[in-house]
Amino acid sequence: MTANLVDDSTRPDDANPDEEGALSLLRRGMGVTPELQKGIRLTIGMALVGAAGKLAIPVLIQQIVDRGLSDGDDYDAGFVLRACAIAAVLIIGVGILQRATFIRLIIATENTLFALRTRAFAKIHRLSIADHNDTQRGVLVARVTSDIETLARFAQWAGMAWIINLTLIVGIIALMFFYSWQLTIVSLIVFFPLVPILRALQRKQLAAYDAFRSRVGETLSEMSETVGGSATIRAYGLTDRARARLEYVIERQYKARMRAVKYFALMFPMGDVFAAISMGAVLIVGLEYGPDWGLDAGRMLAFLFLVNLLLQPIGEITEILDMTQTAVAGFRKILGLLDQEIDLVEPEDGQQLPGGPLAIDATGIRFAYRDGVEVLHGVDVSLPAGANVAIVGETGSGKTTFAKLLCRLADPTGGELLVGGVRVDQIDPAARRDRIRMVPQDGFLFNTTMRENIRYGRPDASDDEIIDAVMTLGLHPWLARTPEGLDTKVGERGEALSVGERQLVALIRAQLADPGLLILDEATSAVDPETERALSGALARVAEGRTTISIAHRLSTAEAADLVLVFDQGDLAEFGHHDDLVAAGGIYRGLYESWIGNTRAGA
Amino acid sequence: MASTLAGSSGTDDTNSSDDAAVVSTGDGRAPRVFVPGMKLLGGYIRTHRTPFTLAVTGATIFSIFSVGGTVVLGRVTDDIVVPGFEDGADSVDGVVVGALAIVAVAFVRAIGVVMRRFFGAMTTDRQQRTWRQELSDRFVSVPMSYFRRKPTGELLAHADADVETSTMSMQALPMSTGVLVLFIAAFISLLTADVYLLMVVLALFPVLLFANRLYSHSVVEPAEQVQAALGDVSAVVHESVDGALVVKTLGREDAEVGRLEDAAERLLVSRIQMGRLRATFEPTIEAIPNLGVIALLAVGTWRVSTGDTTAGDVVQSMLLLQILIFPMRVFGFFLEELPRTLVAAARLRRVVAEVDDVDGAAAATRSDGPAHLVVDDVQFAYGGDVILDGLSFEVAPGEIVALVGATGSGKSTIAQLLFRLARPTSGSVRLDGVDIADLRADDLTSQATLVFQESYLFADEIRSNIDPDGTFGDDAMRAAAGLARADGFINEMPQGYDTVVGERGVTLSGGQRQRVALARALVRRPRFVFLDDATSAVDPTIEREILDGLGADLQTTTLVVAQRLSTIRLADRVLFLEGGRIAASGTHDELLEVPSYQALVSAYEDPA
Repeated sequence: MTANLVDDSTRPDDANPDEEGALSLLRRGMGVTPELQKGIRLTIGMALVGAAGKLAIPVLIQQIVDRGLSDGDDYDAGFVLRACAIAAVLIIGVGILQRATFIRLIIATENTLFALRTRAFAKIHRLSIADHNDTQRGVLVARVTSDIETLARFAQWAGMAWIINLTLIVGIIALMFFYSWQLTIVSLIVFFPLVPILRALQRKQLAAYDAFRSRVGETLSEMSETVGGSATIRAYGLTDRARARLEYVIERQYKARMRAVKYFALMFPMGDVFAAISMGAVLIVGLEYGPDWGLDAGRMLAFLFLVNLLLQPIGEITEILDMTQTAVAGFRKILGLLDQEIDLVEPEDGQQLPGGPLAIDATGIRFAYRDGVEVLHGVDVSLPAGANVAIVGETGSGKTTFAKLLCRLADPTGGELLVGGVRVDQIDPAARRDRIRMVPQDGFLFNTTMRENIRYGRPDASDDEIIDAVMTLGLHPWLARTPEGLDTKVGERGEALSVGERQLVALIRAQLADPGLLILDEATSAVDPETERALSGALARVAEGRTTISIAHRLSTAEAADLVLVFDQGDLAEFGHHDDLVAAGGIYRGLYESWIGNTRAGA
Repeated sequence: MASTLAGSSGTDDTNSSDDAAVVSTGDGRAPRVFVPGMKLLGGYIRTHRTPFTLAVTGATIFSIFSVGGTVVLGRVTDDIVVPGFEDGADSVDGVVVGALAIVAVAFVRAIGVVMRRFFGAMTTDRQQRTWRQELSDRFVSVPMSYFRRKPTGELLAHADADVETSTMSMQALPMSTGVLVLFIAAFISLLTADVYLLMVVLALFPVLLFANRLYSHSVVEPAEQVQAALGDVSAVVHESVDGALVVKTLGREDAEVGRLEDAAERLLVSRIQMGRLRATFEPTIEAIPNLGVIALLAVGTWRVSTGDTTAGDVVQSMLLLQILIFPMRVFGFFLEELPRTLVAAARLRRVVAEVDDVDGAAAATRSDGPAHLVVDDVQFAYGGDVILDGLSFEVAPGEIVALVGATGSGKSTIAQLLFRLARPTSGSVRLDGVDIADLRADDLTSQATLVFQESYLFADEIRSNIDPDGTFGDDAMRAAAGLARADGFINEMPQGYDTVVGERGVTLSGGQRQRVALARALVRRPRFVFLDDATSAVDPTIEREILDGLGADLQTTTLVVAQRLSTIRLADRVLFLEGGRIAASGTHDELLEVPSYQALVSAYEDPA
């Protein structure tokens, strides 16, 4: 990554609005992917030679026919056979050269794609978590999967075709010039309207395909609703509605497809028609003025033959235009991601954190998303080391954002945040990860065993240490109930475990790292009672000797905490011990009363 | 039709074994695909006869006028160009006619191409539409048990990739068929010209076919590796981006990049392997016809020298061969795609062969009061595990009964059995004395309503989520929303009831979703409601308001799965589910005598 490529206005999801040309894009892309440049000159050189050979073959054949077969006296079997042998060698030679070129090209492009993919992927993980919201997630995945695949498809089918066919076209036109520059100009003038016509058709086709693709998306999401909502559909007798909606989107997809197909069908024969018109024009002009320009029948026929020869490369280029356009768009999007500014720069010479529990000092903390929406409006708070703190507040109150700033998932847009006396953005990254731990709400786990997931927290941990952590948290009875203990497979995203169990795994992981600050995002959805019990026991133990911050969804957590922070619409509204806050009669009192009324009354 | 593909009909076993049977004979011999392939495509063609006929017509026009083009060029050469230069005579009329002929032939040829492409695509796309219609018909008609067996991703892959693939070779068919005319014409023309020339051309076909087959054979394995590697790459990326938060907090960025590199490297290696095969195949397939032309030329020269044929005939054969090259490659593509087409079609057929959910015939005697529910000795086993074992209970009309049980005790299974989303292995569920298995689906769904814990809302307006068919009217819809305590937050939204929720719209909180789902249930004024922990994310205060409202405003019998004490207390009676049957029934206070119940509900009490 070079610094001059940084462009802070570029978001990963939008293609550059001021449509830079394909060539300048290619140049920019070359800078990002040195792999492509390696040996590219030789490869292109080989492709040019191959193309020249491809051009020579029909010309040679035509020459043999002309000289060897033209009926009558100057027939020379020896010449024909010799020429045929040369042509056969040429054909085989060109084939071998093409093979070598293609292999070189494939190796170069595949290596480039590999580098581009891993680089884009690494970039995704360097982006702030603010760029990882639900809507962005799909876009980011697409950059490293489908967008790269548009390039792969281009590399496999279109890259070589462009080089060869462009060379062929240039070569043929050069030969045409050799025979008659006047006729060449005539045929080029006739061919010229083909360019704007193809461009116009291409543009329409592209728009039609875009429309078609979004229809495909609609069909798929309707199908996915029908499958995902199948229980609802059946329990509510909505099958007719589901059927009608599916019919509708399927029909729409079909119609959109046919609109796009129209252009697909029209584009291809355009080259043929123009080649014919060009031939007609050459014929008329050539016969009228040819003798004056020193043309004879042989040269005239050769010229017509060349015009006809133009047909194939033009046809092939119209076929790959679409693929090219898609690849250019994909490339632009990937470069956009690579160019995106990293807003979390790790400190050069990070500071270490003190041992033991960590204190927190926040002064005037503000946070706004890239779109400018501010969710924290200046939070001031000091939390002593070793405190057990609960944060409460409604969805969108800023409590989760505040917690995320503490482990530097994003940087505050204003104010100063100290953990253990060190500015969070100055902490050495390794120290930060070891000493500040977050147990996320949904407890995402990787699709492997519990043991591996726990070890992700500290790769060098031995099995004994893992068992120790389990014992310390009092989770051995729970572990004994799991199907295969620590070797239990957790499934995709950990979904083979319940939300509560996933949090338990995350807690063990945190315990193993022995952090000085633990941030726990409580699960909102119902955790079954047994797991809940294991969870609260483990939490109490994990909190010992640490600063803990719980984003609380159950007020019992707040009730048990040393300190409660009440967030309201991006501000720290109330702050203090549970009893004091209840006595003060503010927002917290209201929350508490509604809760107590429902869980305790009449017990 | 299904019988053409061995073992592909009606079975629901995993598809791999069947797929393998279609693609390969296992002993490395060429797969037998041609006959079943032609039968499959024959079926497509019969269904979409008109566009296919037009496409073939277009291809035929193209073929004929391709030959026509060479004839015209030959005539122009002999009659216009050569004499034109020799005589120096200005036979302008002839020239213009020749030029016009060239353009006209190209024009007609272009029309043929447009027809072939447009109607060929139409045939393919109509067949795709047919498949999608058949699939979606199955998706709405199969029993729920089907979805428990099949992951959503697989079903969507059917509708997307399989449908595309199952019509792939269809695209090449009009060209291959239309060019038949050309083949016959070429054959006759060569036969009349010279047998030796004919033999040279005929020798080319087996060579081309052999090269094609060799390639498609050797490409199978790397192609599969590419697909598998692509799947791995995509899985790593999805997982990693989904877990970005965890990756970040654990500092696993580099490890994740390493994981992707492993997968991407496998992709790289298999792609390069594929590339090498193509790098050999493509130039070969291009060189063969060119070598054929050279062979024609050499043989032709010799035959001309012996006086057995004329130079014109040799040139003519060379032109014909060049015209035939492209269709020959298309035919190769057709053969290449055929196995994949067959496999995909076999997969689709398995889905299409799924049978409808069984419906009952009895029309319910609809009465207006709350319903009477009886569950009688129900057994239910799933995947070898007995989940319900002799479950019997009764809910009297108008009663509110709480269903309490540990995780995995079968509460949600009961919900499914009561609404025919699953069928009991034995025993019966009766609503007002009628076995629900005998009820018509409409009658069941109009009287009894299930509200799920994970309520599924459609990516649609709130209005159509509550009242999907618009049958209940605006007032009833608002009333139901009021009863579900959803009206408050809905009215606060800028578009109110017209707010679109889900993927492309507003994201609702868990509690809001549950309330909208509840409104959807209540608008039907059901006589029996099953709340499967359907208010778990709703604030307890609001939950109480909702349940109070149910008793007061709606004449209904209610069964509610309870995970909170507050919910249990709202019930008239509690059923305690343990070991797949009702272990105890009574009021909450009575059940507290039962130790296991006491142990369970004490966990519901907040730990503080």
